[in-house]
Amino acid sequence: MITLGHYLIVSAILFVMGVLGIFINRKNIIIILMAIELILLSVNLNLVAFSAYLHDLVGQIFAMFVLTVAAGEAAIGLAILVIYFRSRGTIAVDDVNRMKG
Amino acid sequence: MIQIIVFLPLVAALIAGLGNRMIGNVPAKLVTTAGLFGSCALAWPIFIGFLSGSSHEQVVHVLSFIHSGGLTVDWALRVDALTAVMLVVVTSVSALVHLYSWGYMAEDDSQPRFFAYLSLFTFAMLMLVTADSLVQMFFGWEGVGLASYLLIGFWYRKPSANAAAMKAFVVNRVGDFGFSLGIFGTFLVFGSVSIPYILTHVPTVAGVTIGFLGMRVDVMTLLCILLFIGAMGKSAQLGLHTWLPDAMEGPTPVSALIHAATMVTAGVFMVCRLSPMFVASPTASAMVTYIGAATAFFAATVGTCQTDIKRVIAYSTCSQLGYMFFAAGVGAYNAAMFHLFTHAFFKALLFLGAGSVIHAMHHEQDMRYYGGLWRKIPLTFAAMMAGTLAITGVGLGGVFGFAGFYSKDAIIEATYAAHSEAGGIAFFIAVFAALLTSFYSWRLVFLTFFGTPRWAGSEHIQHAAHDAHGHGHDDHSHGHDDPTLGYQPHESPLSMLVPLGLLGLGAVFAGFAFSGHFLDPEHGKAFWNGSLAFNSELMEAREGVPVFVKLSATVVMLLGLLIAWWAYVRDTSIPAKFAAQFDILYRFLLNKWYFDELYDALFVRPAMMLGRLLWHRGDENTIDRFGPNGAAAFVAQGSRLAVKFQSGYLASYALVMLCGVVAAATYFMFGGAK
Repeated sequence: MITLGHYLIVSAILFVMGVLGIFINRKNIIIILMAIELILLSVNLNLVAFSAYLHDLVGQIFAMFVLTVAAGEAAIGLAILVIYFRSRGTIAVDDVNRMKG
Repeated sequence: MIQIIVFLPLVAALIAGLGNRMIGNVPAKLVTTAGLFGSCALAWPIFIGFLSGSSHEQVVHVLSFIHSGGLTVDWALRVDALTAVMLVVVTSVSALVHLYSWGYMAEDDSQPRFFAYLSLFTFAMLMLVTADSLVQMFFGWEGVGLASYLLIGFWYRKPSANAAAMKAFVVNRVGDFGFSLGIFGTFLVFGSVSIPYILTHVPTVAGVTIGFLGMRVDVMTLLCILLFIGAMGKSAQLGLHTWLPDAMEGPTPVSALIHAATMVTAGVFMVCRLSPMFVASPTASAMVTYIGAATAFFAATVGTCQTDIKRVIAYSTCSQLGYMFFAAGVGAYNAAMFHLFTHAFFKALLFLGAGSVIHAMHHEQDMRYYGGLWRKIPLTFAAMMAGTLAITGVGLGGVFGFAGFYSKDAIIEATYAAHSEAGGIAFFIAVFAALLTSFYSWRLVFLTFFGTPRWAGSEHIQHAAHDAHGHGHDDHSHGHDDPTLGYQPHESPLSMLVPLGLLGLGAVFAGFAFSGHFLDPEHGKAFWNGSLAFNSELMEAREGVPVFVKLSATVVMLLGLLIAWWAYVRDTSIPAKFAAQFDILYRFLLNKWYFDELYDALFVRPAMMLGRLLWHRGDENTIDRFGPNGAAAFVAQGSRLAVKFQSGYLASYALVMLCGVVAAATYFMFGGAK
């Protein structure tokens, strides 16, 4: 029997993977974008699981919104990436440090 | 009239000093020299008036200075016989030195500055000798110190000149400290700094004692000793004399001015001006006598071994100042002033003559490289001879004598006639110092003007001869064994010879012409007229001294001449043999009794060490380290740490944000949200 707890554990694992993907990854900005998607998906999973558990559809509607926003965010992120590559000639994470104090 | 005499040099100094390059060399020199000759021309009538008895003591009020409670000080110019003598000495010598500097400093590139300093120097000295109050005298006293500092360090690119200037200034400060304590004490005791007031009230404090450094001492003795310490500094007496020989680093006209007229005489003048105070304190007078005698002896012994022509004359000044002081110490203040008067002429003459020799010898000052110069520069030789005859006191009693004959004999006789313990000691030292004086003076003349030319070894002359080669003025006929290197010493220009001639007249006739007015028991009393403590009995006793006392000075003079002639003309190997025989004595004298080394070890080094300790340990390693530098370092360290957070990596920022979010969430879950 798959209970709410299992959903939450999977979701938490996905979330931590996403966070680590952002912080540990030092190579590629695309991986950061993918990691962000992963975080959003883990949140979606949470929303859907609680929606089914509480018998409340609002959660599932929220999940649809999140998917939409995530699609837009990915599109904008990739666009920025392309522009950035054109100007700097690289998308290595270690080189992206122009905000250094 | 007296205002013009005193302030003309100041005005000239201001015009020349502030105008400087704007008005150019010649106008600056003209205005200062004309100013001094103007002062001189006005000073002589005053002096002659006192000689003939037609002038009278007067005090001219100029400006108010300090009025505070019981202290009243005004700028006032006092003219009496004593001041008149000093006015003549100061303005005459200074005017001639100005004229002489036209020739001597002709190639210098900052002549307006030099002439402005000279005039300023003269002004300060005139303020000193016309002072009516101790505070005004102190003003002149310090002004003289300042001007001497500026002039000794005139060639400020020479490190040795700077060092000498600082030494003169610092050593004088030691004396000035005593002098200022004396002025404070005088004000404390008498309630006034006005000199006439103090002198008339001297008897009222007889026997009064005062607490000083935890002791009870006689008021008059204490004040006199403090004031005399000031005089010791200015007049280069034993202990505070070290600056005087080093002051030779200045240009030669400055040496003449310092030694003859404007600085070292200030101490003697001050003692004579305050002579009623010194008369009231036998202890202080005895101290003056002993210090003077010790200085006369010390400087004369050192003078016999120096090889620098100017240093010999400098030690000679030191020695003659000793004479003046012990004369004052035994009560013959008028004899001290007379010696000051005659000394001014022949010492200025000797210095300017030495300057002329140095000029002729291309700035070589070492007498070992002179010799046989009398044929080359006969006029300078004549002047130096007049000066030497005057300083050694050549003369025949009752007929005629050079200047020093009258004044030095008067001092020697007065010390004998004083019949005191101090006077007796001073007498023997005076006679012995006269022997040494004669020896080193003739040694100077023989080494410089007689014998064979020896200037091949001099670097200065080699340079000059080399330059002459380069310009093709030389006939190439001489070999390198020629002791002259083909260098021909040249006589100085007219502007240098005229002062020599005028001073020569002074050196020859000043004693003969004025001895009656200065020294005679009756004429002297009328001439000085209370401006100094005139001791008629001593002057009468002086005339009655035994024959051997009267002859002693002449005998030792001839003896000194004979020794000098024997050692430096007849058999020139004697000095070297003597130096080898008495090696320790010779080196002791050559090194000026090791005074400089002693002071270096006693005062200079400890002061430097203390300074360095406070600098490194105290300031750098304590105050700076924990104060300003410490605070700055702390801020810098902190910011360096803060900079590390600003990595510029988005991921790190995000991590920090996440940490913050986690912390906030944790807080709300378990802490604050109750």
